[in-house]
Parts: sequence; C-alpha cells; structure tokens
Amino acid sequence: MSRLPLEQKVLSENDRIAAGLRERFLAHRVFCLNFISSPGAGKTSLLERTLERFSPKERVALLTGDIQTDNDAKRLARSGFPVKQITTGGACHLDARMIERALADWPLESLDTLLIENVGNLVCPSSYDLGEAAKVVLLSVPEGEDKPLKYPSIFFKAELLILNKTDLLPYVSFDLAKARAHALQVHPGIEIIEVSCKTGAGLEDWMKWLAQRRESAKAGETPASGQV
Amino acid sequence: MHELSIANSILESVRKERERLNGARVTRVGVRIGALAGVDPDALSFGFEVLVKGTDLEPLALAIEWTPRRHECPHCKHVFTVVDYQFNCPACGAAATRCIGGDELELAYLEVEET
Repeated sequence: MSRLPLEQKVLSENDRIAAGLRERFLAHRVFCLNFISSPGAGKTSLLERTLERFSPKERVALLTGDIQTDNDAKRLARSGFPVKQITTGGACHLDARMIERALADWPLESLDTLLIENVGNLVCPSSYDLGEAAKVVLLSVPEGEDKPLKYPSIFFKAELLILNKTDLLPYVSFDLAKARAHALQVHPGIEIIEVSCKTGAGLEDWMKWLAQRRESAKAGETPASGQV
Repeated sequence: MHELSIANSILESVRKERERLNGARVTRVGVRIGALAGVDPDALSFGFEVLVKGTDLEPLALAIEWTPRRHECPHCKHVFTVVDYQFNCPACGAAATRCIGGDELELAYLEVEET
C-alpha cells in the first residue's frame, strides 16, 4: 500500500469555470453579485425593490435560481430588465457551469451589472464560487439572531449582510444588536445594512453600497473579504 | 444537502487520478474539510458510500480529516485554533487576529495498492 499526496481542491472543476467567468466579467467590466439566504428571507423582494430604483437606462440583468418553477423570473421580469430563470431540478445551489450555460446566449458587452439570486439555502451555495465580485447574504428578522453562529460558512464568505424585514421587529423577538454581534464574531469586518423591503427603510443605504461597490470593482480594487 | 454532489466531485477526481496511474487500484481517498467549508462529514460519508456502491471503484474508503478554524495574531505571530468563536490571541491577548485557515475542501491523498 502506498499513499500518494494529492493537494487539490475538491471543487477544482467548479473553481476553474468560476475563474473563467470572473475573467470574462472583468474583461467586459461586468459587476456581478451573488445573493444567498434561506428560503423566504426576501432575496426576490430585495431585487424587485433594487430594480425599481435603477434608471431604465442601466444595463442590468438577472439570473435567478430555483429548484422548480419560474415564479421568481416572472416577478422580476416586470421590471423590464432582462431576467433568466435557472431551474436546477433538484440541486440545492447554483454552480459555475449553470451560470456559464445561462450566459451562453447573453452578450456580456451589453451588461454593466449582473445580479444572481441563488437557490434559497443558507448552507450549500456558500461552497460554489460563481465568479462573482462579492457574495451578499440576507437574514430576515423572523429567522432569529443566532443564524450567523449556526451557519458560519456563508456569513464568513459574504462581504455584506442585509438584515431584512426590519418592519417586523415589533412583532418578533429578534435582538438586532445581538445579530450584528454574531455576524461580526464569525466575520470581523462584514458590512451590515438593515432594510425593510416592505416600508423601504434602509433601501437607500443598500443602493449606495451597491453603487460604491460597483465603482470600486471597476477601479480594480479588491475589497476586504472573509475568504482565507 | 450538497454533500452528494461534493462526493461526486471527489469520485470524478479519483477516476481521473486512477487513469493517470494506469488503472491502479485505489483503496482510500483522503479529504480535508474545514469548519468553515459548510460541509457535513456524516452526510458526505453517506453520499460517498451510496455513489461507490456497485461501481468499479468498490471497495473504496473515504477518510475525512476535519480541520478547525485557525487564526494568527498580527502582533506576536502566534497561531491558534479557534474554539467557540474566541478570537482573542491566547498568547498576548490581542483582539484583532486574522483567519488563516479552516475553509478547506481539499483532496489530500490517495492510497493505492502496490502492483
């Protein structure tokens, strides 16, 4: 019996495709974000509110992943921006190959911003690089403030945490200060924005973050992220 | 539950390596999984067994090496394992320590039968 060392990433094939996507995004100056949360935390609502706030001249497109149905694509298409549904047919996450396929007939030259809504799942999507500039994690207040400690991987890898549904704070026992502290415990330096897609509170802060982050990405700056 | 697709990626790599080794008999594959990788070892082992069963790879064992989150102190350079999110340097007490490992999802080694 002999033991052969084999130092390579398990998901090296996904990482290879993601690296190719990242290179293409850079070459075409496309700013790409990957939105991750558990089901029902409000990814689609946040994207709807975001698209409403973009000028129709903005060159924005969306990819939205779900296990079944194209309900989200239908909701998002009302904005008038190009939207494509990726139906994974059972897979609990999007992987880089699905993105590559979805983009095959979408000319990147016509885009400045690509927003990817991952499958609702706080665990699996965190393992798959999609070539994005940054991951954004959403946590809604009914889910409880201990989620960053229970699911550290995604909070560690995300650059921004959006605490959504703050309009429900009077009705649920959710400690905002604790939620912030837990996220910062897992990922010192993670940025945090509180929003309510219902009332619109905090959405301007989010739009500002998005605009600034897009500028710094175009300027080629690498942000501080949780990636080791 | 993405452990099944991760198990599948591991098996694809084993097949590729086996080809490179001219069809050598691979008996065990070692993987390294970090606390921050978001992968459950039990679910991975289960998915791995299911996928290997009844294939030409059988019998093939999976060995999982679990790696904790590690931090380094920027002041005294002490490297330590993080337990219960305690990030302060145990050597000098500094607070702003830096994460240097714990998100591994790597193939570490193959064990191959001598021919």
